[in-house]
Amino acid sequence: MSTSTLKSEAATISQKDRELILATQDGLPLVSDPWAELGQQLGMPADEVLQRFRQMQESGVIRRVAAVPNHYRLGYKFNGMTVWDIHDNAIAEMGQQVGNLSFVSHCYRRPRHLPYWSYNLFAMVHGTSHEEVEDKAGKIRALLGDHCAGHTILYSSEILKKTGLRLRKQKHNN
Amino acid sequence: MSAIAEHEDRQPNTPDFTDTERAIINRLQRGLPLTTAPFKDVADELGIGEQVLLDHLKAMLADGTLTRFGPMFHAGEMGGGLTLAAMRIPSADFDRVTEQVNSFPEVAHNYRREHELNMWFVLATETPDGIADTIERIEALTGHPVYNMPKEQEFHVNLHFEV
Repeated sequence: MSTSTLKSEAATISQKDRELILATQDGLPLVSDPWAELGQQLGMPADEVLQRFRQMQESGVIRRVAAVPNHYRLGYKFNGMTVWDIHDNAIAEMGQQVGNLSFVSHCYRRPRHLPYWSYNLFAMVHGTSHEEVEDKAGKIRALLGDHCAGHTILYSSEILKKTGLRLRKQKHNN
Repeated sequence: MSAIAEHEDRQPNTPDFTDTERAIINRLQRGLPLTTAPFKDVADELGIGEQVLLDHLKAMLADGTLTRFGPMFHAGEMGGGLTLAAMRIPSADFDRVTEQVNSFPEVAHNYRREHELNMWFVLATETPDGIADTIERIEALTGHPVYNMPKEQEFHVNLHFEV
């Protein structure tokens, strides 16, 4: 595998970190001292809670503690999943270049599923209008040049579910 | 609605947030500082009271402007499985399949998209093996094939919506 990030040997999280994740996956307590509040719930000192959050953010288990907007409500009603059929020998280089574009929020290489799906590069772009998304896709197209054999844009027409990533309580459902 | 020329194309779609709401939305997408008084620190930065910040956050969660406020987990780093999957669902079947797919706690996001592959969802499982198992169970329950599209390489992730 070439340059970047295929981390499959992920760290297993400790039992205490797990408890913190379970306690906050519906949200952080919205109080002045959320760490103390969590500590009280879990029987952990507040400074240990904070320390564990810092450590989890440092190690990448959590990206950040943040607000997740409903982007439709913010006016970003057009979310275009632009997908590209890139020659395999150019994908690493082209993926990196597309990922570096400021208006691309996520960029991944994914497998094709012929005959239904011939696209191996996914770049998510958001806009407040259809034209804005098309314009951004046009810039990606221009960047890719001859390396691209085809592309399309999939617009989302409805959020069917959005709960975020969740850990489940440790038991298997039947 | 204030008509600022360069935002013209955005006006029809952009809700009217107050300056305070805008500042909070923009600032808190970037992440809470992990300090002993994090909301106080952000409130100071924005020049508002801590309680004002907390009240706005609660209100924006209640009215659906924000879907969540909390840690954003990186499932891959937790040792779990994570993938994007798609299905081709005839429109007559769409509601039924939506309900069935959404009933899986492993389904984190699910979007309807305009394509022959018209249902796209993210699966997150506690172990890498959980993905294949969950896909099998979704196929068995819905009667439709699931196309698994795990990321093979990540080039960039930075989701931020400026308002």
